[in-house]
Amino acid sequence: MPQLAHLWLALPDYGRSTVWILVITVVLIISVALLTLWERKVIGWMQLRRGPNRVRIFGFLPGVGQPFADVLKLLLKEVVIPANANKILFRVAPLIALIPAFAAWAVIPLSPEVVVSKADAGLLYLLSLTSMGVYGVIVAGWAANSKYAFLGAMRSAAQMVAYEIAMGFALVGVLMATGSMNLGTIVQTQAGGIGSWNWFWLAPLLVVYFISGVAETNRAPFDVAEGESEIVAGFHVEYSGIAFALFFLAEYANMILISALTSVFFFGGWQGPFQGYPVLGATFLGQPSFFWFGLKIFFFLFLFLWFRATFPRYRYDQIMRLGWKALIPVTLVWIGVEMLLAVSRIGPWARPWYH
Amino acid sequence: MLIQVLFHLFAAILVLAALGVITARNPVYSALALVMCFVTSAAIWLLIEAEFLAVVLVLVYVGAVMVLFLFVVMMLDINLTELRRGFTRFAWLGWLTALAVIVEIAGVVWARSGLGLDAHRGVAPVPAGYSNTLALGSVLYTRYAYPFELAAVLLLVAIVAAISLTMRRRTGYKQQDISRQVAVRREDRVRLVKMDAEKRP
Repeated sequence: MPQLAHLWLALPDYGRSTVWILVITVVLIISVALLTLWERKVIGWMQLRRGPNRVRIFGFLPGVGQPFADVLKLLLKEVVIPANANKILFRVAPLIALIPAFAAWAVIPLSPEVVVSKADAGLLYLLSLTSMGVYGVIVAGWAANSKYAFLGAMRSAAQMVAYEIAMGFALVGVLMATGSMNLGTIVQTQAGGIGSWNWFWLAPLLVVYFISGVAETNRAPFDVAEGESEIVAGFHVEYSGIAFALFFLAEYANMILISALTSVFFFGGWQGPFQGYPVLGATFLGQPSFFWFGLKIFFFLFLFLWFRATFPRYRYDQIMRLGWKALIPVTLVWIGVEMLLAVSRIGPWARPWYH
Repeated sequence: MLIQVLFHLFAAILVLAALGVITARNPVYSALALVMCFVTSAAIWLLIEAEFLAVVLVLVYVGAVMVLFLFVVMMLDINLTELRRGFTRFAWLGWLTALAVIVEIAGVVWARSGLGLDAHRGVAPVPAGYSNTLALGSVLYTRYAYPFELAAVLLLVAIVAAISLTMRRRTGYKQQDISRQVAVRREDRVRLVKMDAEKRP
């Protein structure tokens, strides 16, 4: 074991980041598989069903084998390419959807020590990558040469562009409170337990950010891009087999990403909730670690599933109205309020280094 | 060495994509090639450590402008033969513009070497710990604060102008008034009628 640690430290910087990139990618893919199972289980319980409980792994854990069996099934199926589809773009579209969802993890601080890139423009990098995800949807919808796919693509393009603005404005508020675009610094400035996290002073922005996040990932109740009761399955109606699975993978990876970002921006990332509190702060509960980050991600993922199980789908024009006429004004007003708070040095702006 | 290889790789992709923008027959291909151009030029900017500019280029042009472009191009029913009608008539203008651009580029390269600047040297390496984002921010918000804010106000004026120019109020089209939909009460829509299930004998 000490030899292994020595070998790890002897690796050059790029070697260590390569290892981390591989680890993050593999863990993310497995988490997506387990998340699909967890989703079906949770929705099943909420609807008084059992959810998947047949496929076992080596005879244990009934149901846990389900996502892996699904992946195998999709891998073995034929990828049907429609006769009049645009062959190249039809094949490329799932990749365009998938790449940003994974590349965004480069700047997310996973624990006090582990982050692949400490880029100073990390927040802008995230915004630009999440805005590139829409290309996968548009290109898929157009290349399939099917009217339902095209309708779905047009809907989701308009929706994602609209909610990106609200999302960006919510992040402006985070910038004002933490004074940095480096995600590591954003987490560090929220040190000091649950009361010092951004969620209290930026509560309206937190709500706006999470709603826009749900809309950006095209999840229920904003899933008009798929809208199976209206336009069959939307932009990926012509996709089958593993090409469909890649879209699925991108959607769930984006859900995990949005959950991680919400916890980084508003809930202190890897910071422990009882840090600095008497008695509890001295124990494991006060220590910053990946455990807290994982727990927060898990909580927000549960919210995604809960929304899907309970909310009916929004009508398309109401989605647009919510994005442009409700969420954006809320962020603008709260940025003004933050300005006043910063001038009178209240909350996170009372910290001495800020002025 | 690695940076040189990457630069030439990205530059080659950039030139090919730029050619694709003007030679592609399908306008959707053109727009996608333009997206490729922006992404590769952002990568080249990253190589000279202009990370902020690179990220902003992707954020603004790829993430917002080109999405709307693609949106419009896909919706339009473009008739290529009609577009091609004026092609030969205005070809000389196109050649003239291309020539002017080439002359200008050559002039800049020539002027740089004439002034003792080596055009092949590239940019000076930045010291360790230098942050492009921090440097730009500290200049923009201190020394150039007023020009920066003026530019922002100008953009706002442009947005308002664009909206007010294009917004037409057509008469006689049907639109949902959400506040009226929300304000509807049951009594407005449903009338409860008491009646017997069968005719009284």
